[in-house]
Order: sequence, then C-alpha cells, then structure tokens
Amino acid sequence: MARIALDLAHSYLRNPQRDEDYALLPLRMTFEDGGAYALLGPSGCGKTTLLNLVSGLVSPSQGTVTFGERDVTRQSPQQRNIAQVFQFPVIYDTMTVAENLAFPLRNRGVPADRIRQRVGKVAEMLELSGQLDLRASGLAADAKQKISLGRGLVREDVSAVLFDEPLTVIDPHLKWQLRRKLKQIHQELALTLIYVTHDQVEALTFAQQVVVMTRGRAVQVGTASELFERPRHTFVGNFIGSPGMNFLAARCSGRGIEVAGHTLQMPAPAAALSAAGEFTLGVRPEYVSLAAADDPAAVPAKVVQRQDIGTYWLLTARCGEALLRARLDPESAVPGLGEQVWLKVVGPHTCYYGRDEELIAGAERVAEVPA
Amino acid sequence: MKPVNQKAWLLILPVVLCVAFSAILPLMTVVNYSVQDIISPERRVFVGTEWFKSVMRDEDLQGALLRQMTFSLAVLLVEIPLGIALALSMPAKGWKSSAVLVLVAISLLIPWNVVGTIWQIFGRVDIGLMGAALAALGFDYSYTGNASDAWFTVLLMDVWHWTPLVALLCFAGLRAIPDAYYQAASIDGASKFAVFRYIQLPKLRGVLMIAVLLRFMDSFMIYTEPFVLTGGGPGNATTFLSQYLTQKAVGQFDLGPAAAFSLIYFLIILLLCFILYNWMQRVGTADKTGAGHG
Repeated sequence: MARIALDLAHSYLRNPQRDEDYALLPLRMTFEDGGAYALLGPSGCGKTTLLNLVSGLVSPSQGTVTFGERDVTRQSPQQRNIAQVFQFPVIYDTMTVAENLAFPLRNRGVPADRIRQRVGKVAEMLELSGQLDLRASGLAADAKQKISLGRGLVREDVSAVLFDEPLTVIDPHLKWQLRRKLKQIHQELALTLIYVTHDQVEALTFAQQVVVMTRGRAVQVGTASELFERPRHTFVGNFIGSPGMNFLAARCSGRGIEVAGHTLQMPAPAAALSAAGEFTLGVRPEYVSLAAADDPAAVPAKVVQRQDIGTYWLLTARCGEALLRARLDPESAVPGLGEQVWLKVVGPHTCYYGRDEELIAGAERVAEVPA
Repeated sequence: MKPVNQKAWLLILPVVLCVAFSAILPLMTVVNYSVQDIISPERRVFVGTEWFKSVMRDEDLQGALLRQMTFSLAVLLVEIPLGIALALSMPAKGWKSSAVLVLVAISLLIPWNVVGTIWQIFGRVDIGLMGAALAALGFDYSYTGNASDAWFTVLLMDVWHWTPLVALLCFAGLRAIPDAYYQAASIDGASKFAVFRYIQLPKLRGVLMIAVLLRFMDSFMIYTEPFVLTGGGPGNATTFLSQYLTQKAVGQFDLGPAAAFSLIYFLIILLLCFILYNWMQRVGTADKTGAGHG
C-alpha cells in the first residue's frame, strides 16, 4: 500500500492536436493511502479513463503514475497489485462462488489454507457464506456483483481497490445496503478505495474526498461540504446539489454591483470583484431567501413556478434574463404565482466566478465535517 | 366446462402441411419399402421386419458402420481443437481480420465434388503437389493402393474442407465476450491458459455445441468427397455408410434392404445427436454439489 500520484495526460488518438482530442487533459493528483475517493462526473468526462490509468489497464500517453516511490507507469495491473470491480458483474461461469472468490489468490500461489481463510472472511463480510458451494452462473445480478466485489477485496496486500460504477445493475434498496457495506469494509480494512460514479449522492456519502470531473478535467477535489459551499468552478456549483447553484451575470458599477439592471451593495470581497469588473454571481437555492423590498442585498423577481417537494417549497422566479431557484421553508408564507418578490442573493454563502468560470471569491469559511 | 378454442389447429395447419409434404410423406414411402419385397411394380409382398433383420446381420454393413463411427470421431477430435486454435490465433480487428476471415472461408465456398477432384489431383504421385512431395521425401504414398494412405487423405481433405467452419463459429463466439472479462482476468492475475480455460472456453460452449453437432451430422453422412477421391477404395477401406447405402439402393436396386437401412441410419444419427447434445448441455453447467439444479 502506498500513496498514488498521477501526473499525466491521456488521449486515445495517436496524434492529439486540440483539447477535445484528449480523454484526460494534463492533471496532477494524489490519492492518499487508506483514503476513500470518489470520481464524480457526467458520462464521458474521463472518469473511467482515469480509473483505468490508475489500475494499469490503460497506459497514459504522457506523464507518469507512481505508487509511493515506485514508478509504475508501464506496469500491468498485476504488477501494480490493483483490484478493480467493473460496472457489470464479471464472474467465472464454470466455478462455484468459493472458487470465484479464491481465483485471484490461487493465481498468485497463495497456500490453500490461507485461501480458505480469506474466502471465508470475505464471504462473511458480503453475506455470501450460504452460497459458497453454488455455481456462480445461476445467481441473481446483485449476488454476482457481490462476487465481483469479493474478488476485489479478497487480497489483503492490494495497493488500492477501484470501483467502476459497481452498483449500476443493483436494485435501489440493495444499492443502499451494499454502499453501507463498502463503507464499513473501508473502515475495517483501511484500504485505498477509488469509486467512479455519476450519482452525486453515491459519491458524497461514500467518499471522504470527491473528485469532480468534466470534459477530461478534474475541476475540484474536496469534501462534500467544500463542494457544496465553495464550488471552485461553475460546473461544480451546477452539478452538485439538487437543484444546482443559481448563476447571475453581474458587474461592478460605482460603489456597488449591477445585477439584471438593478444595483446592489458591494459584497465583502470588494477588491477581487473590482479587479474582475465583470463576473458571475453564484448562490445555492438553499441560501436564497425572501427579503424586504429594496433590500440592498436582494434583487426583484417575478414568481413563475412553485413546487411542493415535501420537506421544502421550490420557488422559481424570473429576474431579468435569468431564472432564480429558492428552497423555502414549508412553514413560511410562500408567495403565489406571478407575484413580485425580492430575493436575497448576496450573503456570506455567495460565490463569485470570473469569465473563465473559475472561482474568484467565495464563502469565507467552510464548515469542517469530521471524516 | 370451459369452451375450448379449436382455432389453434387451423393456425398450425400450414406448418403441418409443409412438414407432411417435405418430410413425413417421403419418410413414409421409405417405411413402406422397408417392409415389402418389391419384385416388380405390380408384384409386391409384405415381409414384415425381415429386411431389418437381414441388414443388421450384414457384415459389410457392420464394417461400414464401424468405419463411419471411427471417421466421425476422428473428424471431431481433429477439427474441433484445431478450429478453436485457429479462431484464437485470428486477428480480432482491422483489415487483417477481414482478410483472414475471407481466406479462412474460401474452402467452404468450393462445391463438394470439386473438393474431391482437387484432392484427387493434389495427392497424385506424378503431378500432385502433396503426392509428389511425399514421394520425393521417400514415402511410399498411394491413396489408391494403400488403405491407411487413403484414410489419411480422406481425413485430411475433410479437415481442410470443414475446420474453417468450426473456426468461424468460434471466432464469432470469441468476439461476443465483453472486454470486461479480459480486464477482470488481468486484474485477477490469470495466466493465458486460465483465461482460455475459465473465460473463453465456457463462453464458447454454445457455439461449440453447434459446431460439434454440425460436424458430427455432416461427417456421418459424408458421401461426395470420398466418392470422388477414392470411390470407397482401396477395397472398401473408405466405403462409408452413405456410399454403401447408395450402392444398395441405386446400384443393386435392393429397395427393401436399402429402405430398412435408411431408417436405421436415420435413427443412429438421431440417437447419437441426442446423446451428444445432452452430454454437452450438462458439461459445465451442473452444480458440483449436486444441489440447486437450475
């Protein structure tokens, strides 16, 4: 086990010219030993490529992969001692469940009594003990995927266990169980786990650190609360959260800022905003609140939709060109359709983005959640 | 009582008619011949199972049957492993793959009697490439004079002609295996042999079953190629069942025994295919503990 460091770029084309030719743009990243990471992003963002680069199924077209002090860039998955679980369950049809679990150990010449011990332990962890002597091909999809997981966990000395959307084929209620199981296993075995998913709930509940990716770039690495409070890129703001962050075009004018033809007071990070001139104001629906008319931190808007989501009201209002979404307390008086309201958008949780969509100033502090 | 809807009978009538005219009625005429002694178109005598008894006692026929079994077994033992090996070594992608596919399929496109003629010339000691080469190497090779040479040549011809079919079926089967299996095997540290034994071979089970049945049935009914190549000789060393049957039915016009034997022939193929199919269905699917039959 060791920390995994990446400093690479990858293209599946032989002669990449433009940024679009790269599956993965130049990036530098480290996965600490024993950490639980999630790679989160929409389909085609390069997360599976990144995972295969770590496991060694793919060699990077540029740069290096190092495990601790060891350069493993050209090494096979076997030499890197990686375990990987795939999206669809892979099982060996002719073997029993026990033989399936033992396969990675047997290939490495582990003594038989040690194999029995490990298989017994992993089967117990995954609740497969009762099915050890059954032929694996006859089992249901979730049991098969548990076998795949088990094959990933059966070796104790692996550098890391990688998961490529492993719960896609699993029923929702079992998904929940298996995810908890994985988290528990992570705590028990202290393995480095890297988990690829496009489901933010899955990523945020599973991992200590989430890597958000889009179009071949890792735009932010952080804890769930960092991603929520201080998205480093508008993509993260939009992708994380349900619904995503509100964005309003804004520019400095005189002593305040102008948003949708309305002048607001200058927010706290005044120097950074003045330097940028034009910028985008981002505020999460959770932090948009109703305000009194002519509040210097609020903009006027017209309600176009109101939805009862059960635990909150989702209010959609038009402010100039943009739509603003707000999550309102069900207890509060919710304005009716077509009503003119004032919505507070500047506050301690508001973030500001430059023209390159990168964060220039944001929420001052992020609540630390114990890992 | 619930009224029974009899309309289904009407709907399967076209199939029944088709099968009746294409299979059942012709078969019935054979059954008809097999229990009669036809002396002339006007005179026929019912003889019961006499023809069946006499063909079963026929030593020539027993010899042909034994040769036929040996031949089909040899064909399967050579062509199936060779076909798998060929499929494994064929390139999977790109223009090379297409080129190899076309090359491999060529022998399947040649009419069967032409295959016989090709090998007849190929094996000639005076002008044939193989025959002359063997003679030059000092072998006393003659497929017309020596029974084992004739056997060798007929078997080699069948292997040349039909192994590509097995290879193409296996190639298609191999391409259908998802990449994830190979990736998982590489992560699990499986050797090349383990990949073959635990992934490729089990995934080929379906196509191999088709390949074995096809090759068994075809080789069991082989007629044209050995007829052209050796004419069943030397002696009757390469006279297989269908040729023996043709001699009886067309050559000697013994319709009764020929019909009786046709039916026995048909039942042998049916029985052996049934046994093969069931055996292959069970291989690799039964639970090892004997419990939990799916």
